[in-house]
Amino acid sequence: MNAPDHLPATPVTGTASPGAGAPPGRGEDAGQVSAVRAALPRAVGGGLAVIVLGCLPLLALTIPGVLPGYTYEPGTLQLLGLCWLTAALALTYHLLLGVVGLLSFGHALYFAAGVYGLAVVLERTDIPLLPAAAVVLAGGVLLAGVIGAISLRVTGISFAMVTLAFAQAGNVLVRRDPADLTGGEEGIALATGGVPDAFVGVVNTRNLYWVALAVLVVTYLVALWIERSRAGHMAAAVRENETRVRIIGGRPYVVKLVVFVLAATLATMVGTAYLLLQSGASPAVSTADFTLTILVMVVLGGVGSRWGAVVGAVLYTVLDQRLGEFAGSEAVAGLPAVLRVPLSEPMFLLGTCFILVVMFLPGGIAGAASRAVDRVRRRGPRGPGGQGSAGPGERPVAEAVPS
Amino acid sequence: MSTLILLLVTGVGLGGLYFLVASGLSLIYGLMGILNFAHGSFLTLGAFAGLAAASAVGQDTWGGLALGLVVGAVTGAAAAAVTELGLIRPLYERHIEQVLVTVGLALASVALFEGIWGPNPRTVRRTEWLTRTTEFLGARIPNTAFLNILAAALVLGVIVAFLKYTRYGLIIRAGVENRAMVTALGIDVRTAFTLVFAVGGAAAGLGGVLATQSLNYVSPHMGASLLIFAFIVTVIGGMGSLPGAAVASVVVAVLQQLANYFLANTGDFIVVLLLALVLLVRPSGLMGRRAA
Repeated sequence: MNAPDHLPATPVTGTASPGAGAPPGRGEDAGQVSAVRAALPRAVGGGLAVIVLGCLPLLALTIPGVLPGYTYEPGTLQLLGLCWLTAALALTYHLLLGVVGLLSFGHALYFAAGVYGLAVVLERTDIPLLPAAAVVLAGGVLLAGVIGAISLRVTGISFAMVTLAFAQAGNVLVRRDPADLTGGEEGIALATGGVPDAFVGVVNTRNLYWVALAVLVVTYLVALWIERSRAGHMAAAVRENETRVRIIGGRPYVVKLVVFVLAATLATMVGTAYLLLQSGASPAVSTADFTLTILVMVVLGGVGSRWGAVVGAVLYTVLDQRLGEFAGSEAVAGLPAVLRVPLSEPMFLLGTCFILVVMFLPGGIAGAASRAVDRVRRRGPRGPGGQGSAGPGERPVAEAVPS
Repeated sequence: MSTLILLLVTGVGLGGLYFLVASGLSLIYGLMGILNFAHGSFLTLGAFAGLAAASAVGQDTWGGLALGLVVGAVTGAAAAAVTELGLIRPLYERHIEQVLVTVGLALASVALFEGIWGPNPRTVRRTEWLTRTTEFLGARIPNTAFLNILAAALVLGVIVAFLKYTRYGLIIRAGVENRAMVTALGIDVRTAFTLVFAVGGAAAGLGGVLATQSLNYVSPHMGASLLIFAFIVTVIGGMGSLPGAAVASVVVAVLQQLANYFLANTGDFIVVLLLALVLLVRPSGLMGRRAA
């Protein structure tokens, strides 16, 4: 990413939150300068956004057509919680694809490890929720460490294929269920014995919503921290030119492995929260198609952009959930078969959208947004009060810092 | 002994199916550097179109099967050529985007097939001979295995002859070897791209119709399930190597059958392990070039 060199390499302070950080797109000089100028207002804005989102279960808002009902209703909170968890998962994939440039087709494996791992531990043992989650997370680290160490010995398409193969093996394991643990094609329901009452039942959906939001914020901050850390800079260097990193004495393998394990572990964490929210595990989360949908979200949002991944995932989840409703609506049912059949398949519409974005909107949503911002800036650089983040008052900050 | 023979021959038959999908994948990757996720959709479309054509004559007649195979191959080729012209060509040289477009196409097309033909498998009717078995060295082998082996061998022969003895084959072989040089010599490789897609699509469409005969059903998801193994075959054989794909299909399928029988249904795992092993020992695959 184009995080400026003079930003602290250590974790960002408490003011940072979703919305903070460098703008999307790579190698844009203008973006680097404005990133510093915009950092503080963005951090504050992000913090406010999280607070507003956190208050949603207490409010009665709705967006007709997008949300199924008012925001205090369990159905809406369930959908929004799913959005936040999917966004967190997309962020973990962003760490692979956007930061270190690894195209993985097996990311679902680590997510499924979280979902199924926690489900199995809760069902088979008497361990309470938090220690159980810790056990699963440790298992996730181990799994990702071993598989990452093997897969990363190859690069490019071969790496993608090895990760696909391992994930496929996991998928077969879950579906065939040789040890009678995962419930096969049926999946497995959440055993509520060890789960605190606050997370059980439809009435408590809003608690789960807050958990989902917290998971997203934590994932975002960790992603931000990784990108700003030395490892993150090394990862970006490996993405841009691996040979050069090796020549100057870096160790691309170690860097890639570290980021891979971190991303996979975060995915496992998101998986545990997903189990609570959906109160069950189904084999669909371990399929190659599931990884592909995460890839689709990240690309829709814009590869290399953190908030792009979040927006892409939220957009995808809402569309995926709501297009089904649209498909069943009377407006569609009345159409002739030529139109009705494609329109009643959400995946067809999403896939088509995805193809169009890849072909005509390079950089996805984040790329389009940054181009739009650039155009506005170029047109009116001296506008009173400035356009968005281009406030003149903050200019000296950027120029005063030696880079 | 007869069990072993049965497993070996059905394994080779399954390998024939894998090869029909993997040959196209391998050629496309070798020439264009694209991992084609939509290849399974060509197969599924070929299967549905072929069966629709066969139904017109009678699904359980030899004429119907022959017509189905031809229509399946033609449909697969047409779908692949249209994909190349419409989606791949505009993204010239942007490999990641090209792969992403095929991913999108795969997702969208499977959903479309589900919308048109329903999500559940449909049984097909086969000619009487294909439902029977033949005694071979003491083993009773389903006749579909022989059909698959025959078809795959024919396709291998045709593709090899095409690559060896035609001008376009020459261009394709040269393009796999060194595309920049071919372009520098003033040859338009883009026609070769479309051609490779069409050939791969034809093989996949043929494989789709044959798969319906072996599996005894047709479903919108059959392409995706075969595609995963075809990917594995392609990588093990060496991306871009046709003989590699042929050898690897047989090895993978036979191994899968043996492990499924002798090692308690672990065929899929063994195959994955084999892939990991091959990639670690020989990252370019059995017959791939080192640079790949």
